[in-house]
Amino acid sequence: MNQQIDDLRNQAVASLKTIASSDELNSWRVRYLGKKSSLMAVLKGLGELPAEERRAVGGQANQLKKELEALLKEKEEALAAVSNLSTGGTDVDITLPGRPANLGKLHPMTLVLHELGEIFASMGFEIVEGPEVEWDYYNFEALNIPKEHPARDSMQTFWVDAPPGENGWEMLLRTHTSPMQIRVMEKQKPPLRIVVPGRVFRYEATDATHIPMFHQIEGLAIDKGITMADLKGTLYEFSRRFFGTDRRVRFRCDFFPFVEPGVEMAVECGVCKGEGCRLCGQSGWIEILGAGMVHPRVLEAGGIDPDVYSGFAFGMGVERIPLLRYGIDDIRLFYSSDLRFLRQF
Amino acid sequence: MKVPVSWLKEFIKVPFEVGDLAHRLTMAGTEVASISEIGSDWDGVCVGLVLAVDSHPNADRLRLVTVDSGSGTAEVVCGAPNVAPGQKICYARIGACLVDGHTGEPAVLKPARIRGVVSSGMVCSEKELGLSDEHEGILVLPESAPVGTPLRDYLGETVLDLEVTPNRPDMLSVTGVAREAGALMGKPARVVDPEFAGTGKAIESELAIDIEAPDLCPRYTASLIKGITISDSPEWLKRRLVNAGMRPINNVVDVTNYVMLEYGQPLHAFDFDKLSGARIIVRRAREGQVFVTLDGAERKLTGEMLMICDSKGEIAIAGVMGGANSEVVPDTTSILLESASFNPASIHYTSSKLGLSSAASQRFERGQSPFLTLPALNRATQLILEVAGGEAAQGVIDMAPGLNPRQPVLVSTARINSLLGTNYPEEEIIDALVLLGCSVKSCPASRELAVTPPEWRSDINLGADVVEEIARIKGYGDIPMTMLAKSIPHQSPSPMLSFKHRLREAMVGLGFQEILNWSMTNTGALSKALNQPELSVRPLYLKKPMTLDQECLRTSLRPGLFSALASNRRFEDSEIQLFELGTVYLPAGAGLPEEPQMVGGIIGSPQVKRHWSEETRPFDFYDLKGKVEALLAYLGVNPSFEPSEDSGLKPGSQAVVVVKHVPVGVIGEVDQQAGRAFEIDEPVYYFEIDITRLLPLTVGDRQYQPIPRYPAVVRDIALVMDNTVKHRQVEEIIAGFPLVVETRLFDIYTGKPVPAGKKSMAYRLTFQSRKKTLTDDAVDRVLEQILARLSSGLGAVLRR
Ligand SMILES: [Zn+2]
Repeated sequence: MNQQIDDLRNQAVASLKTIASSDELNSWRVRYLGKKSSLMAVLKGLGELPAEERRAVGGQANQLKKELEALLKEKEEALAAVSNLSTGGTDVDITLPGRPANLGKLHPMTLVLHELGEIFASMGFEIVEGPEVEWDYYNFEALNIPKEHPARDSMQTFWVDAPPGENGWEMLLRTHTSPMQIRVMEKQKPPLRIVVPGRVFRYEATDATHIPMFHQIEGLAIDKGITMADLKGTLYEFSRRFFGTDRRVRFRCDFFPFVEPGVEMAVECGVCKGEGCRLCGQSGWIEILGAGMVHPRVLEAGGIDPDVYSGFAFGMGVERIPLLRYGIDDIRLFYSSDLRFLRQF
Repeated sequence: MKVPVSWLKEFIKVPFEVGDLAHRLTMAGTEVASISEIGSDWDGVCVGLVLAVDSHPNADRLRLVTVDSGSGTAEVVCGAPNVAPGQKICYARIGACLVDGHTGEPAVLKPARIRGVVSSGMVCSEKELGLSDEHEGILVLPESAPVGTPLRDYLGETVLDLEVTPNRPDMLSVTGVAREAGALMGKPARVVDPEFAGTGKAIESELAIDIEAPDLCPRYTASLIKGITISDSPEWLKRRLVNAGMRPINNVVDVTNYVMLEYGQPLHAFDFDKLSGARIIVRRAREGQVFVTLDGAERKLTGEMLMICDSKGEIAIAGVMGGANSEVVPDTTSILLESASFNPASIHYTSSKLGLSSAASQRFERGQSPFLTLPALNRATQLILEVAGGEAAQGVIDMAPGLNPRQPVLVSTARINSLLGTNYPEEEIIDALVLLGCSVKSCPASRELAVTPPEWRSDINLGADVVEEIARIKGYGDIPMTMLAKSIPHQSPSPMLSFKHRLREAMVGLGFQEILNWSMTNTGALSKALNQPELSVRPLYLKKPMTLDQECLRTSLRPGLFSALASNRRFEDSEIQLFELGTVYLPAGAGLPEEPQMVGGIIGSPQVKRHWSEETRPFDFYDLKGKVEALLAYLGVNPSFEPSEDSGLKPGSQAVVVVKHVPVGVIGEVDQQAGRAFEIDEPVYYFEIDITRLLPLTVGDRQYQPIPRYPAVVRDIALVMDNTVKHRQVEEIIAGFPLVVETRLFDIYTGKPVPAGKKSMAYRLTFQSRKKTLTDDAVDRVLEQILARLSSGLGAVLRR
């Protein structure tokens, strides 16, 4: 009996090797695995055998059945592959384009603002938004930029043609997101930690590096005992997460009327790694943001006692970041609505 | 501010490396934008002596010049009219690199035969050395110039170009930069108080000064010099001015500019003989008066502008520009020298109002220190005597109605350290401040330091200012880095942010590309997009727009989206689906405008077959409606669509989107005329939703519904009814019956065998109970009632 199964196996395996078409394979299947095959006959006849022999033969026969079924499947696949190549067959051409399914994309500014917001949110900063049309009081006076201050010259302003407000305030398009510092201080007592993303406006002629409307993100932290070391640490941590841990960071003194001391943060140029190149103006550094300890007069304007509380603030232009990151040479592209540009992000 | 390093070295007596200094200045707040080396490319040029000048044998205009170059003589052909024997000149030998006088490009000097005579080198003009555009004559050096010295060593200069922040008027002066540099290098600069010898009559007997507007003029000082000779300035003075970026004019004007650059104190010289009444009056202008400034322009004055006047009238716009009527001219012999302080805001007002920004006004509007007026006056008087001769009146006039002694700033070491996050001992803090020129007194009782800032620093007034000074001197890099240690403040995040985030993601998932458009637009664009000849909402206009197409703030997202579709259609023949989520600006009485957040979307059909396997169908109203329904379902609201009359959308092909009885937006086909106005010549569909209005309608809407435990039973019915019957009428009737959980329209058919004027609408009704398994009988009973109601209410007949 054992010998019979063995012979059957050798025969089936040998004849399978010669098969080259699916018709032949079908005959093979009928012959070795079909209802009338010798293997089936063996399996059917098991009942008549004594119990001990039944177990031995049954095991062997079932094992052979499994083996032949596996060989059959393997051969079928091999033949199918050949048939596809030679005849084109009736299978799908997996290289033809699929039916179009559209996914849009988010604007690169949305992506960057979201990324920035997430980083600061994870450091405990709450994201808030504020009005884009503002009073000059919030945009300038309360931020320690009185009328006729030369610092206003660097923030050329779009004034709105509207009568002054109740307090004699003039309406304008905010030139930075900093007015929200005052609005938040007015509404909320310290401790506070916020970031403010949003559109800002400058009266500037448009060219490849200037546009009259762009985005900023502003940050503010006020509490008892906040130090300039906290400012540095927070912004350094931001830089590590956003630009990567391999980029060095530089803090230098700079002037913004609403902070004192004033700080400018630069990160090592990503192109030349600090060696100096055209992108960074040979300095090796890319200026990223302005910051500083909140000016006591600004705290006072927000109704916070500068002898009790201190804080830091920072603000950065957002368009710069995708410009640098993707090597975009014309800032106007962001607002061109050109799909050939926008689809790249 | 351009600072020649040789000038700095007059005040910094220790050697320093320029690159190192530039780095220190930059880190301490004054960025050195560039370091330029004048003369670094002067190879082969040296000081020469003209030994002889002979005529050229073949050309009247040319001369043969014999030059002693220190290492021999050379014969050079020269065309300059001013060359003369005995002059010290700049001699370039063959092989030197110069700027070509004709092309302006750098070129290597080659041996040349000019009209038959060989020229071994060249006598240079300023242009050829790259010093200026002057090329009429050669550059003549002072007699003291040592023959044979490389010109680079004699005339070369290193110039720092500083970007001075508005808080540091002192950095707009060489002495100020020297003092800053000295403090940063730990070696204070030395600036000696200048003096002059007045040998004439006492100045008070010659001149009187009235300050009628002391609020705008805290200090006015003046000196008087008679018998001067106006001429060109000496070479060294001209050279300094040119290297610092100023144009030499004459010796007197040049000295005022020189001292302004040196001290940061603007000065003005009046022709004394042109003044009436030997009197200077400082007062406000008369409103509307016209005044001719020394550039010849007529300036219309306002009553807030400060003027310098004599007994007859105005002679200068204080701090901004002098008048033509008192200008120093070649035959001037007596001058009144003014060195004054003016109110910074007043000067800024005048200069911006007149559009007249000068080196003087830039210094005044930053609040130059009123303590510098006198040293600058002394220095200028002394220099004028030196370069223009004459005799100075004895003494000066010094009127100082608004000059207050510097008040010390009180700040404790503890406060300084607690703001910086440092642990500097008091001695280190005092040392740093002393380096900066502050005088510091320690008050042990109050544990405070009394810091009196130096006279040249008008920007140190508060404790925070002192803190910054310490940080600057110590270096920002010296301050440690720590993370915020306190607990995170209470937060109440606005639901709008996450709502916008979800909305954007849904729009992207629905195939829309996000765009961002300008907030500014124009009346014409709004009017065209909304199809409103007269805008129903008047936008906010800008007082002075940058361009006329950005004259007002958008009240609608439509113009931006329409233009974007049109401009992309030029190259995109597939479907275009765009959206913007942004602010529109709606005027709201006397206050700030309302700034609702809107989402707008537009779709344009594919223009070509999209896929090889099937025909491409153009979009219609229902394509966009389906997207809007999906969007709103994603946001958790169930809208209804009501008839609307939006002027910008096609009549009969538009709807108001209503959520909980509140209209939140519109949807429809863009009116053809509106589309054409944006060069859209295909049917496009547009929707907009006011999400500021939508958000409160969504909050708190979600609650879990148990998944039904009993099976649903479906029944398909086809109803024949009048064409005028609306789907919603059918839907509302069916919805009134129990057990119906869903009504889905799946087919509409007109034509045979449906009679004319009628249509067949096929619905699949789903019945389900939360309490039990429904029997066919129970469902059929309800269905019969529904059919009866549809028949009686709408005349609908079941189609067999
Ligand atoms: Zn670089």
